[in-house]
Amino acid sequence: MTALDQASESGETPLLEVRHVKKYFPIRQGVFQREVARVHAVDDVSFTVREGETLGLVGESGCGKSTLGRTIVRLLEPTDGEIIFQGTNISHFKTRRMRPLRREMQMVFQDPYASLNPRKRVGTIVSDPMKIHNLGSRSEQKRRVGEILETVGLSPEHYNRFPHEFSGGQRQRIGIARSLALRPKLIIADEPVSALDVSIQSQMLNLLDDLQNELHLTYVFIAHDLGVVRHVSDRIAVMYLGKIVELSPADELYTRPIMPYTEALLSAVPIPDPDLAEKRERIVLEGDVPSPITPPTGCRFHPRCRYATDVCKQLEPPLADYGNGHLAACHHPLNVDEATLQRVEVAQQHTPAAADESALPQDTSGRSNPAVAPTPDTHSG
Amino acid sequence: MAERLLEVNDLNVRFATEDGTVRAVDGISFGLERGKVLGIVGESGSGKSVTAMTLMGLTRGVNARFEGEVLYKGKDLLQVSDTEMQNYRGNELGMIFQDPMTSLNPVYRIGEQIVEAIRAHENVDKRTARARTIELLRQVGIPNPEVRADDFPHQFSGGMRQRAMIAMALSCNPSILISDEPTTALDVTIQAQIVELISRLKDDFNSAVIFITHDLGVIAEIADEIIVMYAGRVVERGSKRDVFYDPQMPYTWGLLGSIPRLDRPRPERLHTIEGMPPSLINPPQGCKFRPRCPHAFEKCKEEPPLENRVGTPGHLDRCWLDVEFKRGHRDETISGGSVAAA
Repeated sequence: MTALDQASESGETPLLEVRHVKKYFPIRQGVFQREVARVHAVDDVSFTVREGETLGLVGESGCGKSTLGRTIVRLLEPTDGEIIFQGTNISHFKTRRMRPLRREMQMVFQDPYASLNPRKRVGTIVSDPMKIHNLGSRSEQKRRVGEILETVGLSPEHYNRFPHEFSGGQRQRIGIARSLALRPKLIIADEPVSALDVSIQSQMLNLLDDLQNELHLTYVFIAHDLGVVRHVSDRIAVMYLGKIVELSPADELYTRPIMPYTEALLSAVPIPDPDLAEKRERIVLEGDVPSPITPPTGCRFHPRCRYATDVCKQLEPPLADYGNGHLAACHHPLNVDEATLQRVEVAQQHTPAAADESALPQDTSGRSNPAVAPTPDTHSG
Repeated sequence: MAERLLEVNDLNVRFATEDGTVRAVDGISFGLERGKVLGIVGESGSGKSVTAMTLMGLTRGVNARFEGEVLYKGKDLLQVSDTEMQNYRGNELGMIFQDPMTSLNPVYRIGEQIVEAIRAHENVDKRTARARTIELLRQVGIPNPEVRADDFPHQFSGGMRQRAMIAMALSCNPSILISDEPTTALDVTIQAQIVELISRLKDDFNSAVIFITHDLGVIAEIADEIIVMYAGRVVERGSKRDVFYDPQMPYTWGLLGSIPRLDRPRPERLHTIEGMPPSLINPPQGCKFRPRCPHAFEKCKEEPPLENRVGTPGHLDRCWLDVEFKRGHRDETISGGSVAAA
């Protein structure tokens, strides 16, 4: 039994399971377009999403969070690993087999200016998904569009307008309306509010919250703003250079970050309170995120980490369970008491000293990762 | 008292468009002293960027009309000729733009672009200009500047490009550095580096900074004085402490309440400011915030002047509401009742 299994077992069958997903982009050069290097955009990521919950994905630009989102809805095909949606492995489905599943999972994009076709009317934009999936007659579709527009806070009279007649916030509502047209179960929202002003942003966050309650939606919410992510998420995964480095219940991540990267990220968020801002200790991370083409050895965060030691340069820390569904990958965990630390260390000794111990029992092939092997049930108590 | 570098008096900027006259900046006034940071906050369309660009003389055009004064060391910048303005731009007033991706020329090396900026203003040879460029890049924290000066912008990361932009803005040692949303396109960790850099350079170069942003968190860290803009007007102005701890304008409360904050317990729902910012062609009568203000009453149909109502010197606002009423009611907006519950 490994950390991730335990985390996923607390609920019933998860809606979405991501197992060791990797997405590499080849860099080709020369006449024969030989592959000379790879961008390790998403590198062995595993997590589950339960029905009705919101999983937040945070990280700096280039950490692979958008690529991961696009891979989950299969706009991209994973290089390796499995994406299991409602019990079906959809990792390598072709377009035609994916189509019926697209009704169940939809995406909301970041830029409300670029993600709506300027030549189509709002009604067409929102009803197109229904036409593609042959849902209902023309008049039913039209009625449904009116309903959806009302749900997202627009009015049915907007049916015949063009996107340019709307403000940024309203356009994002249209984007959300389109994603709701097929009554999906899962919505991947990729930075849905980061292009909006704060007052409009809070309207949108409240709307997403209402929709979740009314329509029993499940969200994967991708954002770089830690305040926004905490507000919407039940659980949060922090990504760094293609890997999940910490996964935790939302509030706990902020009160008790284990991974130094999370700590630094939190301390960098500006707080709109001058006195607190002055008192607060600020960890300024030196330098930029390293290149995902040649990620650092060992822990990928070690070149910027103030706690890094030799072990961090050599060994990649496994994603270990610190209890209460709080996972982190670090050799020098913060905010952890002795007892938990010992339990985690014992658990790790029983697993192969490997790059990643989060193997799932059924994954015995070990195709690309020699370290992946069935792990003994070590911490059932 | 520190040297007063800039004095803006009743500045109006209007643009004639096909749809009518846009009153982008509608009578704003402020002053700036050496060594201080003035923060300008507001949403998109509130006129904060137009203000900044007008100070730099970048909004001059056939359809633009200006009124009021922009006094830089006593000289009205609105009256100087375009060629004369070029001497102020860069030499006296430096500007950093929001998007470091588009404000550098992609086909010239970083170093060349900074050398060009220096040589445009000062009569120095290439070698001297280059030596200064490398020194500047070092000061803004570019590692290995001798080598990196020969990189093209695409070889720099977002944070490094913004550092290069800052180096260029500082290249002629301006007295005022205008930063228009300098950190908005950057990640929080890089944002923290840039904010720290700007406040350090302000001391090193003994200049004043105008820092424009929509992020109240950044403002809380860097600003000394704050201007809150709405629909082309200043709706509240005061010291940082005044604006954060005794905000007088319901719009300011709304902004403070809309942010999901990490330093407070998570509220059930975020406060929202209903509706949208008004059109600048046909602004509403009276208080511009009236249509969105939950506390609006009869008197708000008259325009409230920007004046001191609280008693704290230098704290001005545009709101008719009674000060004590506001102190009693603003917390439910700002903290959504979560503080009361805690």
